[in-house]
Amino acid sequence: MHQGSDEKREHGPDPAQFVEEVVRDYPAKVARKRLRHIVPVSPDGQCEIQANVRTIPGIITQRGCCYAGCKGVVIGPIADMVHIVHGPIGCSYYTWMTRRNQAKPREDGQYYLDYCFSTDMQEDAIVFGGEKKLKAAIREAHEIFRPKAISIHATCPAGLIGDDVVRVGDEMSKELGIPVFGFACEGYKGVSQSAGHHIANNGLFKHVVGRKDIPPDGYAVNMLGEYNIGGDAWEIERILNRCGISILSTFSGNGSFDEIARSHTANLNIIQCHRSINYMAEMMETKFGVPWLKGNFIGIKATSKTLWKIARFFEDPALTQRIEAVIMEEEAQAGVEIAPYRGRLAGKTVALFVGGSRAHHYQDLFKDLGMKVIAAGYEFAHRDDYEGRDVLPFLKVDADSQNIEELKVDKDPERYRPRIDDEKRKRLMAEGVISTYGGMMPEMDKGAVVIDDISHHELEKLIERFKPDLICSGIKDKYVIEKWGIPSKQLHNYDYGGPYAGYLGAVNFARDIDMRVNGPAWGFITPPWKKKPILEAAFGAAA
Amino acid sequence: MLDMTPVETIERQALRINPAKTCQPIGALYAALGIHRCLPHSHGSQGCCSYHRSHLTRHFKEPIMASTSSFTEGAAVFGGAANLRQALKNIFHIYNPDVVAVHTTCLSETIGDDIPSIVKAARDEGIIPEGKHVIHANTPSYVGSHVTGFANMARAMAELFAQRNGGAKDQINVVPGFVEPSDMREIKRILFEMGVKAVVFPDTSDVLDAPQTGRHAFYPKGGVTVDSLISTGDSRMTFSLGPYASEEAGKILRTRFEIPNKVLDLPVGIGATDRFIEAVMGVTGTEPPEAMMDDRGRLVDMMTDNQQYFYGKRAAVFGDPDHVVSMTEFLRDLGMQPVYVVTGTPGRRFETAVKGILAQAVPDAKVKAFSDLFELHQWIKKEPVDLLVGNTYGKFIARAEDIPFVRFGFPILDRVGHGYFPCVGYRGGMRLVEKILGVLQDREDRDSPDHSIELVM
Ligand code: SF4
Ligand code: SF4
Repeated sequence: MHQGSDEKREHGPDPAQFVEEVVRDYPAKVARKRLRHIVPVSPDGQCEIQANVRTIPGIITQRGCCYAGCKGVVIGPIADMVHIVHGPIGCSYYTWMTRRNQAKPREDGQYYLDYCFSTDMQEDAIVFGGEKKLKAAIREAHEIFRPKAISIHATCPAGLIGDDVVRVGDEMSKELGIPVFGFACEGYKGVSQSAGHHIANNGLFKHVVGRKDIPPDGYAVNMLGEYNIGGDAWEIERILNRCGISILSTFSGNGSFDEIARSHTANLNIIQCHRSINYMAEMMETKFGVPWLKGNFIGIKATSKTLWKIARFFEDPALTQRIEAVIMEEEAQAGVEIAPYRGRLAGKTVALFVGGSRAHHYQDLFKDLGMKVIAAGYEFAHRDDYEGRDVLPFLKVDADSQNIEELKVDKDPERYRPRIDDEKRKRLMAEGVISTYGGMMPEMDKGAVVIDDISHHELEKLIERFKPDLICSGIKDKYVIEKWGIPSKQLHNYDYGGPYAGYLGAVNFARDIDMRVNGPAWGFITPPWKKKPILEAAFGAAA
Repeated sequence: MLDMTPVETIERQALRINPAKTCQPIGALYAALGIHRCLPHSHGSQGCCSYHRSHLTRHFKEPIMASTSSFTEGAAVFGGAANLRQALKNIFHIYNPDVVAVHTTCLSETIGDDIPSIVKAARDEGIIPEGKHVIHANTPSYVGSHVTGFANMARAMAELFAQRNGGAKDQINVVPGFVEPSDMREIKRILFEMGVKAVVFPDTSDVLDAPQTGRHAFYPKGGVTVDSLISTGDSRMTFSLGPYASEEAGKILRTRFEIPNKVLDLPVGIGATDRFIEAVMGVTGTEPPEAMMDDRGRLVDMMTDNQQYFYGKRAAVFGDPDHVVSMTEFLRDLGMQPVYVVTGTPGRRFETAVKGILAQAVPDAKVKAFSDLFELHQWIKKEPVDLLVGNTYGKFIARAEDIPFVRFGFPILDRVGHGYFPCVGYRGGMRLVEKILGVLQDREDRDSPDHSIELVM
């Protein structure tokens, strides 16, 4: 163990030594590259990490594609639209009901989440082009369902043969008289799902946001980057409603085309997942004057802190009082309910490798439970998600990101409406209420290890050396981790549980983590006879 | 659930809704996991590989290892040769497999990457270590389905490994079809009990049903070995179980080594299992052992004991062609009426086979290949059924229309057991009878008024 460490390390090896060990098994070139993605949190909290660059071919990665980020993450959850995937069948098939973004139909009854639409490209389309078939598919969808809007998503082969889904969208819009819009989110774009988030934000902003000028009554916010996995958005809504705040629209869990169309009239945008939706927040602010704040509804303290920020933003004594009362009551209740679980979980170690924001958000919830985060990392985040938005001016756009369009957004001449004056804006920014995000690393314990785009090999090394009591991950790693006898919690699909957001969610989570970590089944991995001295054979032949 | 589905069917030429198939590479990846110490490799963008691994994981609840060439836009434009070379270098260095089984994706297929020459160049450059193997299958998803992908990878095994090394060995080859590890295990057991030496390939038993031991084996102990695959060129004959998934592999062995290829239906249900056993008897020249006859007798006993619950019941079956063909026959043999029979995989052969099975029993059955669950649902809405049999995606239709539902085939994402308990053979048949009977009787229990609820059924 590293003698110079200023803190007694109870768990695992010295981080610097661990980093060296991890890359030792790589070819030199790979090792050099990966070293920049594996960073122990330094005592001053100032760390630089490489992120949002290509995954090295041949490395077993968690990452998916641009299409997954666009259709799978941001657009797919909008439940009252038909989303047609232009490509061979698989791309569409795998995003069919697999992500647990829940929604309920609104009054008009339009609801397509349990459907999967695809042009199911065949060889002739690859050879002769697929736009004709795509148009026919859109017409058929229109004829059968009469949806209010249709989105089209390009996959790798569709893009490669030159099919232009954006143009087809425009043409079909004119022909059918409903919004039809294409996303050129071919899987090979960018380096991960992240590029697709950006493309989805652009498309939603261009085609949906601002379509309907129906201002809300009272305090109304949008939840940005909240995908309603396991019903999270509904728990957030419950809490906000108790405070006297309504949710005008959610991007995009329990999402509705009509609600997103009027989202620009909200008083405030609350960002849950910074990675997937920060573009939207900035564009809405520039064009319509809607300020944004970074919240986190994962964790008891984190939820309260987010509510505090909202109170500070609105600066209405009556609202603040209501928020205070809600916090008092809900915190007390949740605190009582998690206490028994906390008793069994406190002090246990956890590592989280997931997504582009959850690896940060859930650290707050683990703090509530008294658990210690020893390692964390994102699958497709950028440096600002690790180091905070202060790093943004220093980020260079590389070859893989340069083709992802940056929309030029201007003030809307008629509809721009500043929600707060300049003085207040400056004050709230200085207080860290609005327009800031500090990232994950500054909030982590020094000596914890941060691993970006973790590979299978690195995960196994981490298991071997740190033996965490719990690892949070996604479906592809889950059973690897558990085969090592280590409980794993999936933070994409919640192992089919949830909600985990808000106060009630925190209690659910505490129970589910207790179930994973302290479940009786783990005790049977080693058979009883391996735990005892060797028995004498009752019928054994004499030696 | 599925509330937007209208009753009236509109003829569709272009729009696929709620598919009953998925894409080739997932089948190829699954097949490749049935080789011992093999790492499947997806040559394309990393999204496909991520989806295929995720979906197989959801089905098996097991680690699914596979690597990817991680194409970026540059690779999409200039081809993926450099990515594959780099990938192979890293794979052998880091994961040290005996075999890398490369499959393509729609992207690399559309680009036209020539895998054999890339692999050859890699070998010449020393990227592929001595004694290690790289095989490949072309798996464009704009052709066929995931079953085609399985067939293509199984064929690649025969094509790239099989050798004739000296006279006919006293063994047969069995290509088990796109079935579960449990089914492959059961097929091996049946062959063993009947005294036949066989190379079953691919073989995912002891790979995708690995025990919990507190240690993850990156390469579990199962899988057909390279030596066994090499020896398939010396076998006396090949049994291809299920034409869609298995015939290609048998065909290539016949072409290359004149090994007779017997194409059989997947041994699901009594009739298809009988034909499989008879075919094996043709090799051994002996009757099956008594214990197996007892299994058969028990299956027939279950069928005769419970006829009243099956008789005349209208059933809808969907899924992969080989599975659906055998299941249709079995339902017919149980006395049921398979009125709607659907697969998403294209191919006339399916329709011919099913229509043949139903010619007498249900002459006006609707049978369709290259169809989808939306269409099936619309048929059911028009004229309902008493039972739905198919993969997990059927649960939405079952819920929407309140139909007893038996999960069968691939994928099953919401129940366990398929990896452990077979559906093939006589024992598998018993399991299926139990499942089908269970949902039908549960329904009767649920729907009977108090005064006529049966204690004894
Ligand atoms: S591109 Fe082809 S291989 Fe990849 S997921 Fe889509 S259909 Fe499957
Ligand atoms: S083909 Fe492209 S878009 Fe489709 S899953 Fe694969 S990487 Fe993603």
